[in-house]
Amino acid sequence: MTLTIIELPQVGESVTEGVISKWLVQPGAKVRKFDPLLEVMTDKVNMEVPSPFTGTLIKTLAEEGDTVPMGQPIAEMDVEGEVPATPAVTTAAATASEPTARVASFEFVDSVRSVGPTGSGEGGHGRPDALQDAALATPAKLSPLVKRLVGQHCVDASLLTGTGVGGRVTKEDVLRFVEESKQRAALPAAADAAALPVVAEATGTIFALTPLRKTIAQHLERSAHEIPAAWTMFETDVTGLVAYRDAQRDAFALEAGVPLTYLPFTAYAVAQALMANPLLNGRWTETGIALHEHVNLGLAVSTDAGLIVPVIHNADMLGVGDLALRAHALIAAAREGKLKLKDVQGGTFTLNNTGALGSVVSAPIINHPQAAIVTTEAIIKRPVVVGGDAIAARSMMNLCMTFDHRVCDGAEAGKFLADIKARLEAIGEDSSLL
Amino acid sequence: MAIMTVIEAVREAMREEMRRDASVFVMGEDVGRRGGVFLATQGFIDEFGEERVIDTPLAEAGIAGVAVGAAMAGMRPIAEIQFGDFVFPAFNQIVGEAGRIRYGTNGTVNAPLVVRMPYGGHVRGGLFHSQSPEAYFAHTPGLKVVTPATPYDAKGLLKAAIRANDPVVFLEHKRTYRAVRGEVPDGDYVVPIGVADVKRPGDAATIVTYGLTLHYSLRAAEVLAADGVEVEVVDLRTVSPIDRETVLKSVRKTNRALVVHEDNISLGVGAEVTALIAEHAFDSLDAPVMRLAGPDIPAMPFAPTLEAAYMPTADKIEAALRRLLEY
Repeated sequence: MTLTIIELPQVGESVTEGVISKWLVQPGAKVRKFDPLLEVMTDKVNMEVPSPFTGTLIKTLAEEGDTVPMGQPIAEMDVEGEVPATPAVTTAAATASEPTARVASFEFVDSVRSVGPTGSGEGGHGRPDALQDAALATPAKLSPLVKRLVGQHCVDASLLTGTGVGGRVTKEDVLRFVEESKQRAALPAAADAAALPVVAEATGTIFALTPLRKTIAQHLERSAHEIPAAWTMFETDVTGLVAYRDAQRDAFALEAGVPLTYLPFTAYAVAQALMANPLLNGRWTETGIALHEHVNLGLAVSTDAGLIVPVIHNADMLGVGDLALRAHALIAAAREGKLKLKDVQGGTFTLNNTGALGSVVSAPIINHPQAAIVTTEAIIKRPVVVGGDAIAARSMMNLCMTFDHRVCDGAEAGKFLADIKARLEAIGEDSSLL
Repeated sequence: MAIMTVIEAVREAMREEMRRDASVFVMGEDVGRRGGVFLATQGFIDEFGEERVIDTPLAEAGIAGVAVGAAMAGMRPIAEIQFGDFVFPAFNQIVGEAGRIRYGTNGTVNAPLVVRMPYGGHVRGGLFHSQSPEAYFAHTPGLKVVTPATPYDAKGLLKAAIRANDPVVFLEHKRTYRAVRGEVPDGDYVVPIGVADVKRPGDAATIVTYGLTLHYSLRAAEVLAADGVEVEVVDLRTVSPIDRETVLKSVRKTNRALVVHEDNISLGVGAEVTALIAEHAFDSLDAPVMRLAGPDIPAMPFAPTLEAAYMPTADKIEAALRRLLEY
């Protein structure tokens, strides 16, 4: 048995920290290698971290709710069997690999000097270091990192006091300013509460924030702060789509094993329209609009825990049938909390089927840093003027879109929605999309 | 685990590989009866015989040329160049031939040889026993260039080099040979080529280095730790190909980088690392990338005061770090 430190593992590219949402093993309990040890909430997804060893959990070093950087110790474990810190020893084979544990320790012994045929000598002290030419004398006003932080935290850079060389603003200066601003902002609220204790207490219970709720809040806040958003809506006549879907429903369910909803049709139309209108599939950057080669279509899914957006990668390359299968699998995984990190990464555009809730108009918030988000609203039979002056009962659906007005103007946004509309309205009983 | 010096680790790696694989043999000046000028092959001639432990004439072009030919014919030669400073007559064989064989034959012929050489200074070696030739070879895409600094890494990397199917230039810093001792596990293991190692974790700044200056860097980091400042020290271990991910990951975490090596400052490994950081981690930088390296003079001087003036020593690294941190 060996006491070993367990670190929070690196779980995915670009993920740097996680929130401990739940310990699944309590101190003193035994756990087998690969059995779930704890649940960690990362950027977007809740995931189980398996135990790296078989042994007994001695103590946890991070509490539930703590935010922990990847690689930081989170628990002590008494490990059964071989000592994990010892480099693994393998047989003489050309395939032997480096032990995964830390390398062996070593020391540099200064007193042992003689190594060359010309003998040893005194090292002595040299002149100052060779950094004579470093650009220290005229520091740039804001370093790339500071520029990025200033943008992220929406800080007015002129208010910052620099503590670096020549008054340069450092990373620490920005972070300190942000922290102090938060505290300042909190002060009046606290004072009000003190002045009106009865009211403050009467507000009742606080609904505790889950890590997912916090993440949702941060993402939406960022979108609302950074993106100058505009909104538009198109009415779509989906009578033909309804007929086609009704005609295909039973055969598809029998063949594919999943129900045929309207979602794969709208997803198909959106993905194809995005390929024809690539700006809407891009994202705003200071240097230009970054375009994506493929459509990675995010689907807004409500779960018991909160909103989550799994992504169908390369949706532009999939037909309606494949989209139905992918969407069904991802939505099921989302509701069961079984999404993998890759399932929620890389989205280029988001589709939200608010119609499922009965909504007929909604104004969604863009999934930052994407360019736009589209909602499909409830399909409702309404009297509509058709073919001149006749009135007919048609199945109507509203398409709503919020878009980043920096990325494009209303003309392009309208063209894109009109494209989706045209694709959906072109579907009829005679279509062959499956 | 056994405690070994770097030279003992090098010797063990070769001995084990020669026992494991009959196609592995060593050749070089004085490697046989003398056991090598640093005793890297001490006792080898008795165990493996003159056929596999070959004393050569003082002709580096010949040593490297024979090794390249033997490698192309299916052997796994370990050619020892007695000092890195003497490698230049063999330059054409290593850079011109070995490095381009696989490419030039469209992958039909390869040359799995290792060219070992002691390099580096701060040993009072003067002009012809102190040079750091890594940048010349690192500029050649067909060669791998390895620079271990600890006994563990030296043994594991040398085994990986011998087993590699392409030519490897294996540089052993003379000063580390007997001055660095460390744990080496019993039995067989390899350290993969092209993978750097974080020798000390930290968050305030990153030092990227290799070879002897790793140890000076660790010492400087220790001095700063006494002030509560934790500096991360990344040991490249392989200077070609460079482990970009490890370097960038560290700099993205610490936001400040100091690149340290003993070779001349201009157009060397440090220039490449600096460019890499500027290109791929620009957004994470809170200070310019700084370099501390040997000055651009033809060779390390012999006089102790001048030699010390040349070397990036622990106190100079510490001073550079402090300037980087206060930027």
